[in-house]
Order: sequence, then structure tokens, then C-alpha cells
Amino acid sequence: MTGIRNTVHAWLLVLPACVLLATFTHIPIVTTFIQSLYSTAKPRRPARFVGLENYEAMLADPIFWKSLWNNLIYAGVSVPISVALAIVMALFVNGKLRGRGFLRLAYFTPTVLPMIAVANIWLFFYNPQYGLVDQFLKPFGISGVNWLGSQDTALWCLIVVAIWKEAGFFMIFYLAALQQISPDLREAASIEGAGRWTFFWRVTFPLLMPTTLFVLVNAVINAFRLVDHIFVMTAGGPDNATSVLLFQIYIVGFKFFDQAYAATLTIVLLALLALLAIGQFLLADKRVHYQ
Amino acid sequence: MAQVALDAVTKSWTEVPAVKSVSFVVPEGQLVAILGPSGCGKSTLLRLIAGLEEPTSGRIEIAGRDVTGLPPSERRIAMVFQSYALFPHLSVAENIVFGLKVRRVGRAEREQRLAKVADIVELAPYLDRKPAQLSGGQRQRVALARAIIAEQPVCLMDEPLSNLDAQLRHEMRVEIRALQQRLGMTMVYVTHDQTEAMTMADTVILMKGGSIEQLGPPAALYERPETTFVASFVGAPPMNLVPDGDVTRGIRPEHVRLGPGGAGDVARRGTVASVEYLGADTIVSVSQGEHGRIAARLAGATTLKTGDMLDLHWSPAQESLFDRAGRRIARRTPELAV
Repeated sequence: MTGIRNTVHAWLLVLPACVLLATFTHIPIVTTFIQSLYSTAKPRRPARFVGLENYEAMLADPIFWKSLWNNLIYAGVSVPISVALAIVMALFVNGKLRGRGFLRLAYFTPTVLPMIAVANIWLFFYNPQYGLVDQFLKPFGISGVNWLGSQDTALWCLIVVAIWKEAGFFMIFYLAALQQISPDLREAASIEGAGRWTFFWRVTFPLLMPTTLFVLVNAVINAFRLVDHIFVMTAGGPDNATSVLLFQIYIVGFKFFDQAYAATLTIVLLALLALLAIGQFLLADKRVHYQ
Repeated sequence: MAQVALDAVTKSWTEVPAVKSVSFVVPEGQLVAILGPSGCGKSTLLRLIAGLEEPTSGRIEIAGRDVTGLPPSERRIAMVFQSYALFPHLSVAENIVFGLKVRRVGRAEREQRLAKVADIVELAPYLDRKPAQLSGGQRQRVALARAIIAEQPVCLMDEPLSNLDAQLRHEMRVEIRALQQRLGMTMVYVTHDQTEAMTMADTVILMKGGSIEQLGPPAALYERPETTFVASFVGAPPMNLVPDGDVTRGIRPEHVRLGPGGAGDVARRGTVASVEYLGADTIVSVSQGEHGRIAARLAGATTLKTGDMLDLHWSPAQESLFDRAGRRIARRTPELAV
């Protein structure tokens, strides 16, 4: 009897979590997948089963490929740089220096600011006539560049904003991890003759691996998720130069009201993220040491 | 030859110095224990020798070189930390050869030295394990192996046994001493445990408040304590300190006898306050009212009970006398050769 009661209790306890997860995560994924196999319902024509037609259309869609490619560049550049910067900043503010509390706060500030506000500030930075970047580069003979208006530079400008926004957030995790490392290890290593560089690569970095894995997974997800500033700064332009997958999904779903195609793109995005996460875990698992 | 020599070394962070003008030498192949209660500056002293702290003034020599301004890596020392400071992500073997790798010792020599050292500390079967998979005693051996493999002239130990249980501590005490003597290592050993210091060291340096209280072989500290602090710190139970007018009489519990005693003996009377049976002997504590207690060590068991009135006596030849400041008063006792 107690066995059954325990089981019932256990299920009752996990029920709220299950309900929430199912309602807002699992069921939407399944319905989205089903939706991607149907055509979009129109007032006179209900949705009908079309199999993989939406996916075929997607493969033939140059904007999809452009968005995917943009997103890969966006993630491929912003993730490693923001993570590396986070480590460097964490090492810096973990040391004994004056005003480090202030520095930590300064590094963390971009994380606290709403992305929409941040985007507006950067919009001003990038302004070709009076922007901060322009003012800064004027002495070097570079002026009047329409940073956000050019296909060559717009995506890179957004990448810079993402790095600036993300690095401080990841720094906090590294800072917490660094403070877990016993100072005895540094002293033992210094007696053995290890310099700062050796100590970092042979001891600190390996001990930070669990944090790096966590940060990487989050950074990759964020690179596909964080699109707020695109709306404010470029709206995906010029000529889709800054369109990424999630942005494209929004445009297709809520501007063109093509829900079936939006569902198709969503499934692709989810699959991509799942693959990346699994890949990172498999790759990192052998190299991560958990204490 | 002195392997470690300190000359008037002082370290202060605030106005009160943690180490006050400390000087001593450690001859080659000797184990010197720095003993003292917590906060006496013993760990700071070791860190000064290691180069982990810089002295405010004074001079430190290791193996005949002035190392006062040198970084730890150039002082030719090895060190065992209280926490062992093992690298948790590296295997036992990698932990042991860490220093050799950093110093770019060739692979063949590394392997050879590792095999030898692993054999000495009996870690050969565990070389592939991570520190987390080892017992406390095994971790201690890894730390020891890392110090031995460096083959440096001086080995520093910072309370290396304080994280082990009593049984293991005893084993390791014997083992470390045997190892130190077999390999002819020069060792500076910091501890707060007087048993460790007394059983292992050639010379004990007892510290108090940043200065050396007494320096000498264990027997000298035990038999001829220079101050009441030394008398009450060394020995378990410590020396009885019996006030008597202007002086304080110090007498070891094993020299206190039952009965009223004869002419010339020092006699005291009191009630039994506690009886501690230890197997081979019994410690009887006799209360003297406001004059404190006197402990007597009696062989075997005893029929004495708490509350019994008891006469005690001892021979003045076996006592140490201290003045009001707690300093030893020199006596004409040629029979007490040390």
C-alpha cells in the first residue's frame, strides 16, 4: 500500500512541472511539427495535409538559406569571441586590483539593460554622420560609412552588439567558477615552476571546463534566440543581410501569416539547436572534469 | 652545511608583526619542526621560506644561496600543503610529474623517476586514478610523492597530517620520518601538534606571538623548558606549574609521587579532582583549591577515587623553577645533563 501511495505522491509532486513543461514546450513542439506537414489555412480553404511540401519549398527558398548562413556566421563569430572575452574579463576582475567591485559591475551592466534600449544606443553609435564609431574613426580617415546600411558591414555590426551584450553575462559564471579554485593550487604550481600561462592552460582552463560547457550551450542557444536588436537596428536588411532564422520565422509567421511555413522553419531551428547541444555534450563529455 | 638559514626575518602586514625577527638554521638532512598554537606565525614563517610571502626585513638562505628576493620556483624547494593542493583534474601520475613537465624534464627520465617515487610511497597501483577517487591517506602520499620527485634540497611541510584521522596520522608520522631519514631530506615541518613535533623532529622550534620561544632538541624542550609557556605547551598532560611565593615550580606529572615524602622534598596536599585511566598509567589530578591542580602520573590502575585526600611530593632536583615573568631560573643541577 505504502508503495502505491509513494508513487502517487511522487507523481503529484512532479505534476505542476509536467503540466507547465507540456503546455508550453512539448505540446507546442508536436503541434508545430504537425502544422509543418499541412498547408496554411485560408478563409475559403482549410489546411490540408501536404506531407513534406513545405520542407521542399524551404529548400528552394533563397531567403531561408541566406538566413541560415547569416545565423551560422552570427553564432560562429559571436560565441567564441564572447566566451573568450568572458574568461579574460573574469580572470582580470578575479585578481587583486583596486575597484574590482566597480569593474565587475561595469562588465555586467550590458546584461541588465533591455536589448531594445541597447539597440537604440548602438543605433546612435553606428550613425554615419554623428555616431560614436564615426567620430572615433575620423582621425584615421574613415568617415561617413553607413555601417548598418551596407550589406558588407551590417551583420558584423550586429555581431559586435551581441558580443558586448553577452560577454559580461558569461563572465559572472566564470568568475564564480574561478573563485571555487583553491589558491593553494596556484601556490603549489608556482613552487613547481609553473608561470601564469602554464598554470592557466594546465590547471585553470581544464578546471573551468564544466563552466565552459554550460556557457557554450547557452551562448549557442542565445545566438539563435537573441533577435531583438535586429528589429530595432536593421529589420533584417539591407536585402536580408542581417536576417537570421528566428527573425525570418517571425516575418513569415506574423507579417506574411504563412503559419505552415513558419512552423516548418521553427522545426528546422529546433532540430538545429538540439543537434548542436547534443554535439557539444558528446564532444565535451570526455574532456570535462566535474569535481 | 646549513640548508636553510634565516637571519632576523620579520613579516608584518599591520603594525603588529606576524613574525618578529626570527633567526635559525636547519642543518642538512635534519627535520626541524616549527611548533606553536594557531596564530603564532608558524605558517607565515614557512610561507616566507617558500617565497609565497615576502619578508618585511631579514635574510633567507637556502642551500647556500640568498633567496630573499627570489620567486618560489627558483628557491629549490618542494612543499606539501595542508590541503595537499592536488590538481583535481589530473591523474595521480600527472599530479606527481606536474613539476617535472613544467621544468621540461625528458619523458624517459620522468617515467623512471615516477616509477621510483610511486614505489617509495606505495602508490603504484593508483597512478591512473583521480585524487577524488583516493582516500585521505593516499592523497597525502600523492602530495608527498610530488615533493619527493622534485629532488630539491629542501622540503617544506605545512601541517601535512592535520586532515587525517588519529590512526593514520600515527602511521604517516612514522613513515614520513623514516622516509626523510632514508632519503636524507632536509625538512622544515610546521605543526600545531606537539606529539608530531616531539616524535619526528631533530630540532623543535616552539613559537609564540611571532617569536621563537625555545629552540632545541625535543628532550631539551621537555626536560628544560625555558619558559612557563613551553612547560605548559609541551607534554600531555603538560608540566604542573605550582606557584610558590615569588617563583613557580614546574614539575612533570611522572615525577610527582604519592605520600608525604621525606626531608628536602616538596610536599603538597589536596583532594582528588579527577582520575583518568589510560591503560599503562593513570593520571590523577589533585585539587589545591585556589592554587590550581597538580597532575600525577601513576603506573597502572589505581584505587583512588574523586574526593579522596591525598599527599603528594617530588624531588626539587627534578623540578624547573620559573620567575615571575615566566622565565626559567638557572640552577646548579649538573646531574640534569641534556
